[in-house]
Amino acid sequence: MPKVKIPTPLRQYTAGSPEVEVGGATAGEALGNLASEHPNLRQHLYTGDGKLRSFVNVYKGDEDIRYLEGPDTEVAEGDELSIIPSIAGGRCR
Amino acid sequence: MPLKIGAGDVDLIHEHAMEAYPEECAGALVGIDSGGVRVVVDVWRAENTHEEERSRRFLIEPLAVKKFEERAEEKDMGLLGFYHSHPDHPAEPSEYDREHAWPGYSYVIASVSGENVEDMRSWTLRSDRSGYDEETIVG
Repeated sequence: MPKVKIPTPLRQYTAGSPEVEVGGATAGEALGNLASEHPNLRQHLYTGDGKLRSFVNVYKGDEDIRYLEGPDTEVAEGDELSIIPSIAGGRCR
Repeated sequence: MPLKIGAGDVDLIHEHAMEAYPEECAGALVGIDSGGVRVVVDVWRAENTHEEERSRRFLIEPLAVKKFEERAEEKDMGLLGFYHSHPDHPAEPSEYDREHAWPGYSYVIASVSGENVEDMRSWTLRSDRSGYDEETIVG
């Protein structure tokens, strides 16, 4: 099963675990399973309509899956996915 | 939980905010979460890579965040949160900030004018994403 590395602020939703093994043959499936197993994590990864939040990035090893095959990027036993935020903000709309 | 930032690190944030004015600056807060207090040990500047409107927007690329995390871990510390500046605007998070935040990080905002840093406050996002709570900054 692939492993998903959990960034520090979200570990409160994975019982403190820095890394979680989840089932799934693709990055999208693995993240979906992660959110199902840790339901309180879901709203911080996905918007209300089920899309990954714009500032949430997923890396397979050192590569952003956006530049691979997105959620369809294949993941195998031992692969490591990392959830990395881009930090964005600003004073007003 | 209070956020402890020493005077030297406060100065570094203020200097960055003044230098970047009228654009927004941003950086990482690195340190130790002891459970009762979060102690900032170092502040690291980040490049604001937002493509436009940097006077009211900032962006730290994910690869930069990944490197900050790795660098912090090497030093047995953690990424406690991030700071950014609001040029000519209060040190309060905007709706845009809220959409781009996670609970568990401290978000320090410095309100900066052309002459001074007028105010600096720290915020954490509520777990249900409904809004922010202010956390006390102690020296």
